[in-house]
Amino acid sequence: MSELTAVRPTAVEVETAKAQWRPISYWPFVIPAMIVVVAVIIFPWAYTIWMSLHEWKVGSQPAFVGFANYLRLPSDARFVESVWHTLVYTALSVALPLILGTLAAVIFNTKFPLRGFFRGLFILPMMATPVAIALVWTMMFHPQLGILNYLLSLVGLPPSLWVFHPATAIPSLVLVETWQWTPLVMLIVLGGLSAIPSEPYESAQIDGATPWQTFRYISLPMIMPFLFIAAMIRMIDAVKSFDIIFAITQGGPGSASETINLYLYSVAFVYYDVGYASAIVVVFFALIVALAGALLHLRQRTHWNESGGSA
Amino acid sequence: MRTALNRIGLTFAILVIVSPAVLFFLWMLSLSIKFEIDNASYPPVFIPTRFNWGNYAAVLESKRFVTYLFNTLIVTGSATLFALLVGVPAGYGIARMRARKAAVVILMARITPGLSYLIPLFLLFQWLGLLGTLWPQIIIHLVVTVPIVIWIMIGYFETTPMELEESAVIDGATRWQVFRHVALPIARPGIAVAFILSVIFSWNNFVFGIVLAGRETRTLPVAVYNMISFDQLSWGPLAAAALIVTLPVLLLTVFAQRQIVAGLTAGAVK
Repeated sequence: MSELTAVRPTAVEVETAKAQWRPISYWPFVIPAMIVVVAVIIFPWAYTIWMSLHEWKVGSQPAFVGFANYLRLPSDARFVESVWHTLVYTALSVALPLILGTLAAVIFNTKFPLRGFFRGLFILPMMATPVAIALVWTMMFHPQLGILNYLLSLVGLPPSLWVFHPATAIPSLVLVETWQWTPLVMLIVLGGLSAIPSEPYESAQIDGATPWQTFRYISLPMIMPFLFIAAMIRMIDAVKSFDIIFAITQGGPGSASETINLYLYSVAFVYYDVGYASAIVVVFFALIVALAGALLHLRQRTHWNESGGSA
Repeated sequence: MRTALNRIGLTFAILVIVSPAVLFFLWMLSLSIKFEIDNASYPPVFIPTRFNWGNYAAVLESKRFVTYLFNTLIVTGSATLFALLVGVPAGYGIARMRARKAAVVILMARITPGLSYLIPLFLLFQWLGLLGTLWPQIIIHLVVTVPIVIWIMIGYFETTPMELEESAVIDGATRWQVFRHVALPIARPGIAVAFILSVIFSWNNFVFGIVLAGRETRTLPVAVYNMISFDQLSWGPLAAAALIVTLPVLLLTVFAQRQIVAGLTAGAVK
């Protein structure tokens, strides 16, 4: 858009029109949406911060307690545990879709008949209603009647308890999350791959590069920014994951798969301790921002390494 | 020879990557049309020889299903239409003012967990005495739909040419007329993208409903979740209900795939 503006002919009339084109006059278009955003998005943010400074159970009067709710958090074993669960769940739910989604994108980047149709099938999991697919996954995880243990037996593996055992609960949920969100990574990376010109590939072919070398030294560096975006989006969504976990395990067995979001739900809507829940929301939001910051930092560092390596 | 081998390899690779999605939904279909005895048999019955369409009949004929379907249509429909009403002009205004900083609020809304809106708004709805009606759900779904619409429309209006609008201004059109008669018609494909994604994400939403919906005000995803607690073991009706709930979205995905992909990647890449 900015390039377009630069090459636009600068006729006198257009200049006069531009003079009338004062940005300020667009405010009326934005104001209705602003009112809505303030009411349903910004007001809840502000109210949450206010609530987090109060001892407040639903039905009783709020009492100001300063930072007491925040100070409670480090000694709340269930909260600390939920943070670890969230980090493990998130790390796996970013890494696996990123690897599989890139692989799928490389395949979808080749030309083959019915490509659009297959891509449509491929993205179904991420558009489907999460609760509906969670129900079917729950049936598939069933230790006796579930199809997954039958499939394991076909290849000679012992049956698993999947979401019904504390040790396998989070990995099983990550399996669902990966199944669901690999398509989004694929779409983003495919966008990156399809933007790469064909010349580097042609010269690589002439030089006799293997497919892996072609990917490693041509595609991968070019799609790095897209991988970063995919990782960022995946991280934000995985940290906040709720529907799948709530519908399949409700954080169980015990509290084996209870992430921050699940614990937050219990504090707010089972115990109705809205003051404490609000403090959890604020810390939770800070954690997401911190993770996003860490990813940004990682990206800048690898970028520096790349340019250092090529110099 | 080598190209033939490559082609076989590629076909195989394509089948491998689409099979988790395809086989899952086929299994869902299989579960939904089988009698209980076949659903509980081991080894599993993959392709049933007898069909129990009663699973679907049981879901569709229950009186509440119609109520829940209407609830979902009202909540998703109202939240989407209202979001388009305020979000399309807002996207236009932000794009023309080049006020990309305004979009930061939208990004922050994207980062914030849904539950964080639910706690304060739940208290507000309780105080206003709205619980038990559909209003709380319609209003809170705006948290989902308004940012989507604004985000997509900013991106879209930034790519539409301004020359036409400028010449309309020279001809003496008011800003509103320019928007209504020049910008809006060009933006129709963008509005379609915003509409489709808004509908899907609102339709699929679950977390707002489990807190805000009462017995009479459940949307379909909440209703299907509540079926589990009744009878854990009757898989047929449960799978049928799950498929009915998600089928509209699956069909929309297949038929509006181009718009969905454009919308999702546009939101992602910017």
